[in-house]
Amino acid sequence: MAKIEEYAHIIGQPLIDDLRLLGQKLKNRIIQNINSTPVGGGVAEILNRMVPMLGELGLDAKWDVIKGGEQFFNVTKKFHNALHGRQEELTQRDFDIFMETSRENIKDVNIYGDIVFIHDPQPIALIEKKANNKWIWRCHIDVSNPNEKVWGFLMDFITKYDSAVFSAPAFSRKLPIRQFLIAPSIDPLSDKNKELPPETINAVLEKYGIKKDKPIITQISRFDRLKDPVGVISAYLQVKKYINCQLILGGGTAIDDPEGQQVFDEVREMAKADKDIHILLLPQNDIEVNALQRASDVIVQKSIREGFGLTVAEALWKAKPVVASSVGGIPLQIKHKYSGLLCHSIEGASFSIKQLLSSPEYAKKLGENGREHIKNNFLITRHLRDYMLLFLSLYHPQDVVQLC
Amino acid sequence: MRKLIKAKEPFKFCTRLHLSELTGLRATTLGQLLSLIKEVPDACIYHHTHRFLLQHQYLSPEPPNDFAFWVSDTLGEDELGERLVSIDTMQYSSIRDLREKIIWAIEAYLSDNPLAKLKFARIEEEFHFIKSVSFILPTNYIAYDLREFAGILKKITIDSIYFHIFEARLRLGKPTNDFSFWIENSLGDKELAEMIFRFDPYTRTLEDLRATIIRIIERRIAD
Repeated sequence: MAKIEEYAHIIGQPLIDDLRLLGQKLKNRIIQNINSTPVGGGVAEILNRMVPMLGELGLDAKWDVIKGGEQFFNVTKKFHNALHGRQEELTQRDFDIFMETSRENIKDVNIYGDIVFIHDPQPIALIEKKANNKWIWRCHIDVSNPNEKVWGFLMDFITKYDSAVFSAPAFSRKLPIRQFLIAPSIDPLSDKNKELPPETINAVLEKYGIKKDKPIITQISRFDRLKDPVGVISAYLQVKKYINCQLILGGGTAIDDPEGQQVFDEVREMAKADKDIHILLLPQNDIEVNALQRASDVIVQKSIREGFGLTVAEALWKAKPVVASSVGGIPLQIKHKYSGLLCHSIEGASFSIKQLLSSPEYAKKLGENGREHIKNNFLITRHLRDYMLLFLSLYHPQDVVQLC
Repeated sequence: MRKLIKAKEPFKFCTRLHLSELTGLRATTLGQLLSLIKEVPDACIYHHTHRFLLQHQYLSPEPPNDFAFWVSDTLGEDELGERLVSIDTMQYSSIRDLREKIIWAIEAYLSDNPLAKLKFARIEEEFHFIKSVSFILPTNYIAYDLREFAGILKKITIDSIYFHIFEARLRLGKPTNDFSFWIENSLGDKELAEMIFRFDPYTRTLEDLRATIIRIIERRIAD
């Protein structure tokens, strides 16, 4: 795993020095991260990188995972969908299941952090163990239009935290606690984003039987209805009427997402008739994801809802032209017609893909602008800085904090 | 070549790091925007008039303040957008004064164009008020003369330059930017201090600002 100093050639030594300054102000503070899955999905991915890096900066960062059975994760998946605004049948039994598992976790999880950093709704009830330490709830979900029943249920917990963190301004609402905007990030030196030699890229294409004889359109995402893989296939089919191209839908599933396999099977069934559609199950193979993104001519992220949409940042970091839905945190990453193209429908996505495949110079320019935007705003070093400022804000309520 | 003067007090470079605090306040119409501008904390006004400086360090299509961008791009009120974007921030020595100027511009426009009140932004295009929380930290960089000062300017972060030029004056209520203050009071070079104070930093990218200040100082050393 890369050391902090290795980022200097990307962001410059002075910014690394700033991180060290902040680290000194928080030296030896115990930051206890808690979420619901050690692998799969954006949260685990970020924590995998963030925890050791915070440690390198002098903080005592830890990561614990709550326990939960199939029933619990079925309910939290329903919560997740409902918070994203999808219609979900929620019964009292669902809330009871959530509370039963939460009570077990409250009993079993050892809380030892000076700052307890809770990620997403699954472990939210642990706040009942709050003592004299500081607690933060980090919401990675698009809650701009949540199911009010679920949101109301969670509010009873949220208001007991010291601060909440959201990924986009539209997710915020009036709360009696402080709330901060912190976008997630990508790690430019991770296997998923580092530079790859052409032979690695070619080897991955060969492994999956993909030839570079026609343009490649790719969406990398978990197999999840909210990522709209069916919509991506429809958009691709519209493009294919005019441009001979191929489609890669690649991604994995997470252990806290019981619906993943079902969606994967449906998508595979739909793609059966077209040999140019490649449906790839890529469980935690970051080099392969990286290679497929780099081999692509256009990257798509046609989500219906997004917490943030880190795959957009990954694609832009590789200077790829991106067509993505204007949802969640995606408009923060793409300025329409400047660093990518935003869409609102299957037809819109298809039109934009055609436009990019037909105008490679325009596509190249969008990709270059996108990379610059990601470099300035969405790399893990900025994220580390924001988290350390967030920790400091717990002890300093002012708008201007002088630490001189 | 001018003889280098040793400063009475060295210049201690600080850096300013910023965190965005959400308020949950949002506007859908120009009327709502106006009434919220009147009541939000100074930290919100500061955020929406200065955010662009740090977030878009390269050439960007965004106009340099969020109010102007929203009014033009979302509500289609280009004339008001132009009036807001051209507010000369350098003229104002406090956020309160800057806020009053913004309020005055919107009220005057609404009085001439009452129909502008009827335009609504779509839900996903609402204006979200955000507060800027600043953390000011000392760096290890200290300069005793102009040569050292220029040398450090070449390597410190743009956040540090940003702090000493913009934030010290507007948010901490100092009469001038920190660089001009030190050059005049510790080096006694009033003319150079004036040169740095006079140019409008709001019309440049921060890297351009860095290069311009270094150029002025190096020319002064070579005089």
